[in-house]
Amino acid sequence: MPQPARPAVEAAGLTKAYGRTTVLDGVGLSVAPGTVFALLGPNGAGKTTTVRILATLLRADAGGARVAGFDVAAERSRVRRAISLTGQYAALDEQQTGAENLRMVARLSGLSRPAARRRAAELLERFALAGDAADRRVGTYSGGMRRRLDLAAGLVGDPSVIFLDEPTTGLDPRSRQAVWDEVRRLADAGVTVFLTTQYLEEADRLADRIALLDGGKLVAEGTAAELKQQVSAERLDLTLVSPEAYEEVAHALGHLTVRRDPATRTLGVTTDGRAAHIRDLLDAVDPDRTLIERFALHSATLDDVFLKVTRDG
Amino acid sequence: MADALTHAATMVGRSVRLSSRNPDAVITALALPVLLMLVFVYLFGGAIDTGGGYGRYVDYVAPGVLVLCAGFGAGTTAMSVADDMKGAVIDRFRSLDVGGTAVLAGHVAASVVRNLAATVLVFGVAFAVGFRPEAGVGGWLASAGLLLAVITAISWVAAAFGLLADSPEAAGGFTFFLAFLPYPSSAFVPVDSMPGWLHGFAEHQPLTPVIESLRGLLLGRPVGGSPWEALAWCAGLTAVSVAAAAALFRRRTS
Repeated sequence: MPQPARPAVEAAGLTKAYGRTTVLDGVGLSVAPGTVFALLGPNGAGKTTTVRILATLLRADAGGARVAGFDVAAERSRVRRAISLTGQYAALDEQQTGAENLRMVARLSGLSRPAARRRAAELLERFALAGDAADRRVGTYSGGMRRRLDLAAGLVGDPSVIFLDEPTTGLDPRSRQAVWDEVRRLADAGVTVFLTTQYLEEADRLADRIALLDGGKLVAEGTAAELKQQVSAERLDLTLVSPEAYEEVAHALGHLTVRRDPATRTLGVTTDGRAAHIRDLLDAVDPDRTLIERFALHSATLDDVFLKVTRDG
Repeated sequence: MADALTHAATMVGRSVRLSSRNPDAVITALALPVLLMLVFVYLFGGAIDTGGGYGRYVDYVAPGVLVLCAGFGAGTTAMSVADDMKGAVIDRFRSLDVGGTAVLAGHVAASVVRNLAATVLVFGVAFAVGFRPEAGVGGWLASAGLLLAVITAISWVAAAFGLLADSPEAAGGFTFFLAFLPYPSSAFVPVDSMPGWLHGFAEHQPLTPVIESLRGLLLGRPVGGSPWEALAWCAGLTAVSVAAAAALFRRRTS
């Protein structure tokens, strides 16, 4: 029987606190080599802290992790040689050109001067930054161009594990698509990608496995399909005709509601979005068709997912 | 080791390039020295009697202006260090396993380059307005070595302050005293002309032996032990600042 490959990233009991604020509270996870793993969570959940610990930039107070087979605390340099980190904010010099930035990173990765020049040219080409853009200062780049250059800088040293901290936050749809395409290309090439995101859709599209992080704890983990079984992907908002109707329906739905807003007499219920389910639900709640004024279907937001997961968990 | 050298060399190249593209740094390095020289010689010089047989005030003041420029340049260095530390770029360097010493060495090297440019300009202006040093080859070499030592020391002090500050603005403020330090010394006026309570400080602060040595060496006068005293100060300040900078860098990045 073939041995299962060692995980590219494995962590157990990661804990980090700043003063009295616990940021991470015993996070454990495992990522198979060559897969895309998404750490999904709202702002302040501890995503960046997790990534910084795994990328050796921050020490955990407790717990440990191995990345690319090396211990992040005891074998920092070996981990650093195997990984790259592209953070939320472009880690580039605005007063250097795109080509200068990449050549600098290549030299720092240990390439000779000519090899650095070749590698920079190759990456500029691959990320559609060749020609005029290559010799412009990064300060003149658009947000999308910066992110692409930042990604390119992360690939200079041919890392086997790539950490992307919120790679598409603040990008326009076209730039977001370009980043997604690149993540898929990397995964196809056998690179392990560990990304963080606030967007369910992004995790769903890119990741083989998704972990939900909330308040420094992992609250759910699995494939997108597995998670969707736990969390309905859509939310049905019902607006009731009167405060009395609101109370009545809220009572009838009980713990099924994921959103309550008495001011607008609106109740949110998770659903899988199928017409049959919605029809049944409306009939069950309002058989006489007098209580519900209108309804609207929304894609479930991360808030809905967390409400559901944290309540069930 | 080879890695560390490549890292340091790459960071030096980066910092020099960034400096040359930073208008503030360029003005501080190139325009300020010229203005300071002219201000001291033409605006203040006429009213200052340095005694002791210095024919022209420019002969007396040139070393002081050189050191003053290094003090002003320190602000640029501290700000550029602080700027790096607040940005994401430092994470990139760390994830490439570039050590703090290499990053700071880049800033210090750029600072030395800026200051050497300033020094050349100050000498140029000084000559133009009548500075006539009488140093031999030995005196010039000794002066150059001492200037390099004091510039390096001030640059490392500035780098350490850049790490101590939370923001580039604060870093600029921290180095204000470096730009002020030459005044209570023999840089611009003889210490004897200052109030008595200031004599102790003015005579024993680190810049006084530096300035006395430079003045003596350039004008071909006896300097006694002051160059050694100056070098000891520079070596001590550099050593303390390098150690403090390394410790601060570790604290900032853990």
